[in-house]
Amino acid sequence: ASLRPPRPGAGLGLPARPPPLQPAPRAALPLLGPAASGAPGLPPLGDMEFAELIKTPRVDNVVLHRPFYPAVEGTLCLTGHHLILSSRQDNTEELWLLHSNIDAIDKRFVGPLGTIIIKCKDFRIIQLDIPGMEECLNIASSIEALSTLDSITLMYPFFYRPMFAVTEDGWHSFLPEQEFELHSAATSEWRLSYVNKEFAVCPSYPPIVVVPSSVDDEALRKVAAFRHGGRFPVLSYYHKKNGMVIMRSGQPLTGTNGRRCKEDEKLINATLRAGKRGYIVDTRALNVAQQARAKGGGFEQEAHYPQWRRIHKSIERYHVLQESLIRLVEACNDQTHNMDRWLGKLEASNWLTHVKEILTTACLAAQCVDREGASILIHGTEGTDSTLQVTSLAQIILEPRSRTIRGFEALVEREWLQAGHPFQQRCAQSAYCSSRQKWEAPVFLLFLDCVWQILRQFPCSFEFNENFLILLFEHAYASQFGTFLGNNESERCKLKLQQKTMSLWSWVNRPSELSRLTNPLFEANNLVIWPSVAPQSLQLWEGIFLRWNRSSRYLDEAYEEMVNIMEYNKELQAKVNVLRRQLAELETEDGPQASP
Amino acid sequence: MTQPGAGRLTPALAGSVSSAGLLFGTLSGGLVADVSSGWSTSVEQVKLLDRFSTSNKSLTGTLYLTATHLLFIDSHQKETWILHHHIASVEKLALTTSGCPLVIQCKNFRIVHFIVPRERDCHDIYNSLLQLSKQAKYEDLYAFSYNPKQNDSERLQGWQLIDLAEEYKRMGVPNSNWHLSDANREYKVRKLSKPIIVGSSKFRSKGRFPVLSYYHQEKEIQSRHIWIICFLFFKNQAAICRCSQPLSGFSARCLEDEHLLQAISKANPVNHYMYVVDTRPKHRMQSWWATQKDIGRIIVRISSKIWNDEKIRESDEKKRLNAMANRAAGKGYENEDNYSNIRFQFVGIENIHVMRSSLQKLLEVSGTKGLSVNDFYSGLENSGWLRHIKAVMDAAIFLARVLIEKDWISFGHKFSERCGHLDGDAKEVSPVFTQFLECVWHLTEQFPQAFEFNEAFLLQIHEHIHSCQFGNFLGNCQKEREELKLKEKTYSLWPFLLDEQKKYLNPLYSSKSQKFAVLEPNTVSFNFKFWRNMYHQFDRTLHPRQSLFNIIMNMNEQNKQLEEDIKDLESKMKQYKKKQADGVLTKELLHSVHPESSTLKDSLCFKEQTLLPVNDALRTIEGSNPADNRYSEYAEEFSKSEPAVVSLEYGVARMTC
Repeated sequence: ASLRPPRPGAGLGLPARPPPLQPAPRAALPLLGPAASGAPGLPPLGDMEFAELIKTPRVDNVVLHRPFYPAVEGTLCLTGHHLILSSRQDNTEELWLLHSNIDAIDKRFVGPLGTIIIKCKDFRIIQLDIPGMEECLNIASSIEALSTLDSITLMYPFFYRPMFAVTEDGWHSFLPEQEFELHSAATSEWRLSYVNKEFAVCPSYPPIVVVPSSVDDEALRKVAAFRHGGRFPVLSYYHKKNGMVIMRSGQPLTGTNGRRCKEDEKLINATLRAGKRGYIVDTRALNVAQQARAKGGGFEQEAHYPQWRRIHKSIERYHVLQESLIRLVEACNDQTHNMDRWLGKLEASNWLTHVKEILTTACLAAQCVDREGASILIHGTEGTDSTLQVTSLAQIILEPRSRTIRGFEALVEREWLQAGHPFQQRCAQSAYCSSRQKWEAPVFLLFLDCVWQILRQFPCSFEFNENFLILLFEHAYASQFGTFLGNNESERCKLKLQQKTMSLWSWVNRPSELSRLTNPLFEANNLVIWPSVAPQSLQLWEGIFLRWNRSSRYLDEAYEEMVNIMEYNKELQAKVNVLRRQLAELETEDGPQASP
Repeated sequence: MTQPGAGRLTPALAGSVSSAGLLFGTLSGGLVADVSSGWSTSVEQVKLLDRFSTSNKSLTGTLYLTATHLLFIDSHQKETWILHHHIASVEKLALTTSGCPLVIQCKNFRIVHFIVPRERDCHDIYNSLLQLSKQAKYEDLYAFSYNPKQNDSERLQGWQLIDLAEEYKRMGVPNSNWHLSDANREYKVRKLSKPIIVGSSKFRSKGRFPVLSYYHQEKEIQSRHIWIICFLFFKNQAAICRCSQPLSGFSARCLEDEHLLQAISKANPVNHYMYVVDTRPKHRMQSWWATQKDIGRIIVRISSKIWNDEKIRESDEKKRLNAMANRAAGKGYENEDNYSNIRFQFVGIENIHVMRSSLQKLLEVSGTKGLSVNDFYSGLENSGWLRHIKAVMDAAIFLARVLIEKDWISFGHKFSERCGHLDGDAKEVSPVFTQFLECVWHLTEQFPQAFEFNEAFLLQIHEHIHSCQFGNFLGNCQKEREELKLKEKTYSLWPFLLDEQKKYLNPLYSSKSQKFAVLEPNTVSFNFKFWRNMYHQFDRTLHPRQSLFNIIMNMNEQNKQLEEDIKDLESKMKQYKKKQADGVLTKELLHSVHPESSTLKDSLCFKEQTLLPVNDALRTIEGSNPADNRYSEYAEEFSKSEPAVVSLEYGVARMTC
């Protein structure tokens, strides 16, 4: 059976206030009045900035409908960042919804009663019945305006005041220097380079990158000019077992006339052992890579990179993925589909095909490194999407640390945030939005889905459970934390996120949160874990896609039972140990008496 | 271990080529008499191909033929046992350079692909298997020769086990493995149920009419079992003979049962409705109702019997009948009053022939090498298998609203025909029982705590439906079973399962909770998934590498051991203190406490998990190491896209700690 960790709130009352997304009511209260304006040095809060957007701040007798729960009547309030519905009868019945979580709204009227259907980026759909046409229209247009604020600095993270004690500042939890030491202490072949300190060499790279020791910063600048977006090859993963590495970059700018760059060749050759070959995994199909030459891009020519074998694996990007997500969510939301239609739609969405493609490529990369003993360079076009999916999944397969909670956080930090995955663009909209922009794509969600697939196949090898992956998905799309704002380090620096917002990791890495995200079955193992990528082994991620479409009560309860069994085991073991010790003490105390 | 009996044979043979030869020596002459010429007991240098490898990866070993099994022992001394009765088809493919390929498909969804170096040998094996896998008489089935070294009284006990268990159940003794402890609760549920009549359309041989079966309040578990099974097996149930003998024909004999119905109606004065359930898909059903008015009439009559509406006039009857036909044709009632006690329910369950070909299609798809996600799902869709499963579930939910899922033991299923035990009419073979197990599995997926048994239990039963190793599933109805003297000549499966019940227990089972009294399964399409662990139970590379359930099961075991340890330690402490008080102390006392309970040392990590809790040779997976297929899969994609690239098919990842 597929046991899933229960999602808080999913089983009780309103599911709408899972801790990660909605702060406790008290924590959010400051938003309601300027009196609470935050600490010195922080931007002035208050709904003043949003006042003109909120046409009607409050409506009574609004009825909330959600699947699997009885309707709730209450008062609807709009604040600058939240939609709040609280029932008068019972204080616990409160819905807090971040405006930024709203993907699309529909409204319709039956007489004086207006209905707003709110579709969220986490795929939830709720319905509000609002008495009075004017109120309804006002609320709808306010929500629309507030959920599509175009200035990042107006987003909630800039206003959010944590009500928990910050024991560890997540902004400093995964510094590149520390990470470098952890990963590369075993070798002197790699060094930290500060060449991108001012983001001048590559705007989408962090200030500090890891490069071969034998290549100087001057050469890096030249290589950057030869690679798409200035993304010169950098170290992604060092395999301690055999010293092989995974590198990533943007495509080489060979163009139609076969431009080459000696420094580039030297740089990647520097990672090869004598007489050894490496592999270049291009995440585009060969014909796509060939077409890219016409636009100045291209791929590494055999003639110039004789020590490298190139493999093309086609991983989709952009609107193809977004369309896939839209179709999948649509299929999951329709409970009336008969079996044929459901299977047909699931197939037509191609979502699991993408999962398989990505996983297969990641396995291949891991196989090159671990089995073949070869270093590998991965890139697609920009090197900010499919490239990162492959490099990060390969690390999940190869490196035990990345299967721990902190290790996975470090991986997300390193391979996604610092590596310049444009979260702001990719996660601007989710499955319900009608205005489809080219740059929107569920690249990160696909990565999480792939991790989930591996987690399902190795349920004891991960320190975290499904909740952790779901949490990351939610926060990538809408959050009170600044972690996923901006498209790269350069933008985050300019936004001063570290000073002005709270890091997601500060919140997650507290014992109270961690307990919810920890897999009770976890037992560390130092092995490479090879998942099956056969279609029969891949499954729809129900915890994400069917989350709001069916009750998970029985699965949650079974999960709790499992946790109880594991905890009972710990208790018993502790008790046995105590008893043994006591007995041993008795023996030593009495030993002298007994021995004569 | 999975095949309890064969499991006992194995230790004598384990790992040893020569001892396997011994077994062959013990054959009863008649069985393989026709095979003898030119056929030696073993063939060497046989290759076992990896089913999913497109690069023809294989293991080399020796193939043995015994009276009951086909045995392959590879160079790593891993044994693959195939029971002859499990063999569904043997196919000899065109000769290749490396030898003659032989493909064996089994009823438990194992598929093995051998390459025999000499065509002559291959031909001999082929012919032998053809004969051995299809027995013409019951007496040739394995069950009749299988001897688990039980004495007669043990054998008898084994056969009585289930009846005894029923007794326990009635007494509410919560000891059985089969959910028998919930009797009271079930009675309660059953009181709420309404009499239901299942009209079904099994057109078997000429003029045989649909089956009618009742659901009534008789406090006999037996009847409930039968009822439950019969609706799951709907139209194949020409013989729901055990509880309701007269029901083999509808129009001819149903009137004889009216006293039964009357009894029901007396017992249930509160029942106001009779449900007419038609399990056929609508397109078939509508035309059928139009032509079968006499059956409609009978239903009307029965319904009037049930509600003591004896004085029904001819005109009323006609009215009702017409109305019913209209309703059946989808036209609806004109006047509810006249027939308000008849409710129709139509569920589109296809006949056994459709089911059979559906499963065949499913297996074809899932057996494809290098399968893409899209091909898999379109194949899944085209096979219609999950559609049928959903239809059966929908029907079950409508009809039952009782604990159907917990009943699996006594039923009047035509096992021998449906499972093709004997060489008979291929058209009568159908996977209905597999479907039933799959429905149960889907329920266990939705309600992980509601079932005392686990997936392995379902798989094990499925295994033995076809194994013919035990007498339980032989014969088509009780009468035939009695004639075969199964109880004297064969053994019952249940005691063997009971012996191993630990393996089949669901560690998360919640026995106390009342919340599972009535399951309300969700039958929205997205809840139905491909049952990989059934249809790929031998393709271990497709399975999760760590099994959640096994780990929890081990943990439960460990907890029990720890509880024991604690008791032990506490009593020793007590003793110690007492002795201390007495001033007497013996050292041995301390030494007798084992310092580290062995259970504590067990690591959870990478316990080689098995679906069926076995570790002996019977369940050996083809392909020595489970890890290698995964490699080949990536590698195949690798070489496909870039033929120039050296194949990355490397050794094998060690998945042990």
